[in-house]
Amino acid sequence: MTYRIASGGKQYCFASLRELLAKASPLRSGDELAGVAAQSREERVAAQACLAAVPLKRFLEELVVPYEEDEVTRLIVARHNSAAFAPVSGLTVGEFRDWLLRYETDGVVLTALAAGLTPEMVAAVSKLMGNQDLILVAAKVRIVTRFRNTLGLPGRLSVRLQPNHPTDDPRGIVASIIDGLMYGCGDAVIGINPATDSPAACAALLRLLDQMILEYEIPTQSCVLAHVTTSLRCMEAGEPVDLVFQSIAGTEAANRSFGVDLSLLGEARQAALSLKRGTLGSQVMYFETGQGSCLSAGAHHGVDQQTLEARAYAVAREFDPLLVNTVVGFIGPEYLYDGKQIIRAGLEDHFCGKLLGLPMGCDVCYTNHARADQDDMDTLLTLLGVAGCNYIMGVPGADDIMLNYQSTGFHDSHYLRQALRLRPAPEFEAWLERMNLLRAGVFLLPASPRHALLAPKSQPIPFAPKPD
Amino acid sequence: MSETIPSSLEPTWPGEDAPAGSGPGPVADPWSNLRRFTNARIALGRTGGSLPTQALLDFRLAHARACDAVITPFDPQSLTLQLERFGLPVVLLASAAADKTQYLQRPDLGRQLCPDSRSKWRDAAARIPACDLVVIVSDGLSTEAVNTQAVPLLGALLPRLQERALILAPLVVVRHGRVALQDEIGAACQARISLMLLGERPGLGSADSLGAYFTFGPAPGKTDADRNCVSNIRPEGLNPIEAAAKLDWLLGESLRRSVGGVVLKDEAGWIGRSGPGVSRTLPGWDVF
Repeated sequence: MTYRIASGGKQYCFASLRELLAKASPLRSGDELAGVAAQSREERVAAQACLAAVPLKRFLEELVVPYEEDEVTRLIVARHNSAAFAPVSGLTVGEFRDWLLRYETDGVVLTALAAGLTPEMVAAVSKLMGNQDLILVAAKVRIVTRFRNTLGLPGRLSVRLQPNHPTDDPRGIVASIIDGLMYGCGDAVIGINPATDSPAACAALLRLLDQMILEYEIPTQSCVLAHVTTSLRCMEAGEPVDLVFQSIAGTEAANRSFGVDLSLLGEARQAALSLKRGTLGSQVMYFETGQGSCLSAGAHHGVDQQTLEARAYAVAREFDPLLVNTVVGFIGPEYLYDGKQIIRAGLEDHFCGKLLGLPMGCDVCYTNHARADQDDMDTLLTLLGVAGCNYIMGVPGADDIMLNYQSTGFHDSHYLRQALRLRPAPEFEAWLERMNLLRAGVFLLPASPRHALLAPKSQPIPFAPKPD
Repeated sequence: MSETIPSSLEPTWPGEDAPAGSGPGPVADPWSNLRRFTNARIALGRTGGSLPTQALLDFRLAHARACDAVITPFDPQSLTLQLERFGLPVVLLASAAADKTQYLQRPDLGRQLCPDSRSKWRDAAARIPACDLVVIVSDGLSTEAVNTQAVPLLGALLPRLQERALILAPLVVVRHGRVALQDEIGAACQARISLMLLGERPGLGSADSLGAYFTFGPAPGKTDADRNCVSNIRPEGLNPIEAAAKLDWLLGESLRRSVGGVVLKDEAGWIGRSGPGVSRTLPGWDVF
């Protein structure tokens, strides 16, 4: 179907919903690289105006990635819930924006709506929304998940402790974990990106994390962010896998380039569920996403990167995850050029994920060849805090020495917790208080050099730091 | 297996029971001894819950150096003069990326020669016999890396290759190249292998890291799975002398067995493991 609009004496014509969505998308380098971006600012706004008049129902009829070619499209169609969609089924995209911003549209209403929305509808409305709209609507939605603690409650901000080391040296990893715990971080997960994706190497890290969590009775979960097939091998071998991790994307072909499909993800989830390692809940999946991954894999079908990112969330929600985060600035300037584009994308991803019912976190991050710096990250971090983001990353000093990029540090989480009076997950907060590390939810206590975490003679940790 | 941490690791913070944070300055973290196990920025201390001024400035300096390494203008003439000392002819080319800004946003342009360079290289290639290896040097994502590591690396590598009696094409210096540009350059001169040395995406503490990527049977359409990589080449990582030895061995195996890419990696044993000098494959990563 062709979409047309007149603007200032000019006629704009968009050959498909796919083209309309792409041209309406706020400027970013990845869409220009893919050749799908608007040619001018006026064309972009014309596309947005045209998109505003498209009925939401149209998205159920015109699919942006062909049904026959793509299992993600088939999943989106199969899972669409007409009853949940009913409250907004008569609206256009523009009217949907207005509806989302009404006082009456609260968290309860939005939670009930999630199953009635497709990723393309959510992506479409996000393209009309300003940054403040993305923040305000996302802040209405709380998505609460549980494994060994409770994540996503109002007034709470959790942190993934990310203790990566370039050679997976257990002593180096433990040193970073201790640093993070002393700074009150690690309630979302203690999650290591392994330098080596072999079952044996990952098993060693899994045991290390399991021992630390047991030894100190930390109410949190661990994850080694290996490929899902590696985690499956580890589970088969009886290794202590809490959460199964996988990077996912919004098309079948992009997921294949990651070496996964829906059936493999389902198999991994079943395996993790059967271990019954969660104490408060059984949400066992951890997904990471990021705009640009489909284009990077040559699997974008001419669709803009923000719409494709929202489609990745349809994959995520099929598997009832504990954690989802967009690694927003990791992919590089050919997809998100500068701080402005990274900030916008982070807010879009958080909004779209929340509206689709996901426990969204964000890796607020950038690489050294992007035009961004720590001030841009401070800005995005603050905006996401206001938007009610479930969790952020905690990397020592914000500098990941294994993946060579900058994220948020333990200190950054304290800034946000202080500025917005956000506390850790309740079970983890109680543990921090028992450990004399935190008071009143946000203030760090002076640490004694004899603190239990620093005096491992009384708390032996296998594989813990030892001299060379 | 349970191990107790030896007493030598006990914190050595002075005045160990004094309440931290009682003075006017930042609170020090009494676990700075753990820094010996990692280069991660741990035990930075805090003022309130925030970074102390010194730690903030340290980070900014590292970031400034990394950014400068990316945007420093590349002087191919000067590098060419240095490379000519190796006794091989040097050909100067440019990718289709007009400048660094375009290079960063349009990886596709960094993967092809500009029209002038394309005809220049075709003419040069027509005058040389079929060769075993073409070595290409580019600024990539770190001008500093190529300026500091390329000459020492080639100084150690070229004699080894000449000992193997390999036929080498002229050295190619190319501005604003990406890894896959070696396919076009290698195919045009019918090299059995193309080897590209270029600056890697700088980390905060590693702005001068060079990567070496080679492809057996270079031709347009080769993918990353067809390539082999030795990365993190810099004095504090894999030093250029060791990198030359690794590359020499890998190139020799590739030529002897007429294979490259994943197949070679799997059987090489040490490559593919973690540690300095080994590739990671992550989508969207660095200089491809």
